[in-house]
Amino acid sequence: MALEGLDELYRDAILEHSRSPLNHEPLANPHITADGVNPFCGDEVHLQILLDENGRVARVGLQVEGCSINRATGSMLSAAILGKSLEEIDGLAAAFNEMMKDGVEAVRDRADLSELTALSGVRAFPVRIKCALLSWSTLDDGIREYRGD
Amino acid sequence: MREAPVREATGMFDVSKVREDFPILSRLVHGQPLVYLDNAATSQKPRSVINSLVDYYERYNSNVHRGVHTLSMEATDAMEEARQKVADFIKAETPESIIWTRNTTEAINLVANTWAREHIKPGDEIVLTAIEHHSNLVPWQRVAAETGGVLRFLPLGEDGNLDLSDVDSIITPRTRLLSMVHMSNSLGTINPVKELAAHARAVGAAVMIDGAQSVPHLPVDVSDLDCDFLAFSGHKMLGPTGIGVLYVKRDVLERMEPFLTGGEMVLEVSYDRASWNDLPMRFEAGTPNIADAIGLGAAIDYLDALGMENVREHEAELTGYALNAFQELEDVDVFGPKDPARQGGIISFHHSEVHPHDLGTLLDRQGIAVRTGHHCTMPLMRTLGVAATTRASFYVYNSEDEVDMLVDGVQEALRYFTDGSRRA
Repeated sequence: MALEGLDELYRDAILEHSRSPLNHEPLANPHITADGVNPFCGDEVHLQILLDENGRVARVGLQVEGCSINRATGSMLSAAILGKSLEEIDGLAAAFNEMMKDGVEAVRDRADLSELTALSGVRAFPVRIKCALLSWSTLDDGIREYRGD
Repeated sequence: MREAPVREATGMFDVSKVREDFPILSRLVHGQPLVYLDNAATSQKPRSVINSLVDYYERYNSNVHRGVHTLSMEATDAMEEARQKVADFIKAETPESIIWTRNTTEAINLVANTWAREHIKPGDEIVLTAIEHHSNLVPWQRVAAETGGVLRFLPLGEDGNLDLSDVDSIITPRTRLLSMVHMSNSLGTINPVKELAAHARAVGAAVMIDGAQSVPHLPVDVSDLDCDFLAFSGHKMLGPTGIGVLYVKRDVLERMEPFLTGGEMVLEVSYDRASWNDLPMRFEAGTPNIADAIGLGAAIDYLDALGMENVREHEAELTGYALNAFQELEDVDVFGPKDPARQGGIISFHHSEVHPHDLGTLLDRQGIAVRTGHHCTMPLMRTLGVAATTRASFYVYNSEDEVDMLVDGVQEALRYFTDGSRRA
């Protein structure tokens, strides 16, 4: 059928995360908070992060109003940053961006991307790449603001 | 599968014959025949329009108005002939009322930057509707901020039409301008612009109509509507991109100050002052988009040959067919009037589980082009309670077969997306 070619985009992990996103409950009194919107499509991301005494991510709240790629990315991102320091998150974000630009081969040594590698298939659909980047840019905005950049 | 009979032709012209005039309709997308249902964004172009551009560039490309040589005169004649065709098409009394712009947006901005700056005073009200495209909203927000004017809105009713129960408290003697969309690009709703224009006239307000979606699809008569301004785009009505039209009632235009200044729009220039040229050149500074104006003339010839009454009837039939077919789709909400007598050929819909962008990708894979998103109507999307919709929009070359393919395509997409065991 005509839709078989889409299996690379809509991998099972993406559909599962999209249907049942992790860490989607909003958090009260977060240390880090940020909101992102994609003006071209109207998608929205709302992010809250609570840090522990060592400055590591203790809890994440991430609410996405958007397509399956956007929702799945947000869900995977929220799981991937749990327990990480902000510096480690910077590295993870850089690796994710590199993967979306150069492909999954370019980040083979980044085991911490884990499920996020499922999103490398989005590269074949250039108009959808922005869907996979909104949560990351929102996270980056939040961390920058927290650091006072 | 549906058992409705497939008719070869709807309306009063033969769609299969029309389709032969549009070269692009024979291409494949992802190996499937193209089903082009994004006409509210831009229409496809018939061979006659494409050829008119080639003909201009190959035979008489030249700058207009200033030259005494043959090519320049031919180009000038062809562009002014196109202006006359536009005037005739919307029943304007004179071609001098037709100003070339790039598109609807530029036409509205021209009025906002000239007429409105002069006439909107602090406390004056500009009335819009709740279903405006950003292009007939943002320019007026800026005018209001700069002049102290106030924006007011005719609300959307539950039935997908404007709620006019409070019209007399919204269009009042404080109203200086009523600017309204004729046909909604997001819902298809056809507003009662003639009735609303009469309300505005009765309180002494000026009237602007955003005809981006109506002029390509309905007979529009500016004399009958009694509007001061009408804006529309060539590319949505079989013409090229980059050419649009602002119609201004002659006596209003005569009293308007120029927008852009420079060449072509002046009569006499000294080092320290200039006098303005005659209409409509006064509003067309610089070399105009000659080729695409001529192409728009060719598009109007094509639409005239079909007949705008027939275009409307064809699309109303197709819309009725589609509204009926969409009832088969579970968990799909259709927005708008859901009445072919009150809407143009636009079906805007939403599925509770499958986001419009995913649906758009899944339909594209089947060769079906639709638009997904907020359609440049973000306030309206908030009113509807969704961030985005999927929109199918029809034109002269679309058929009931294609509506069937859309409905089947949506069903296939929903199966693919909501069936957790698709590759188990």
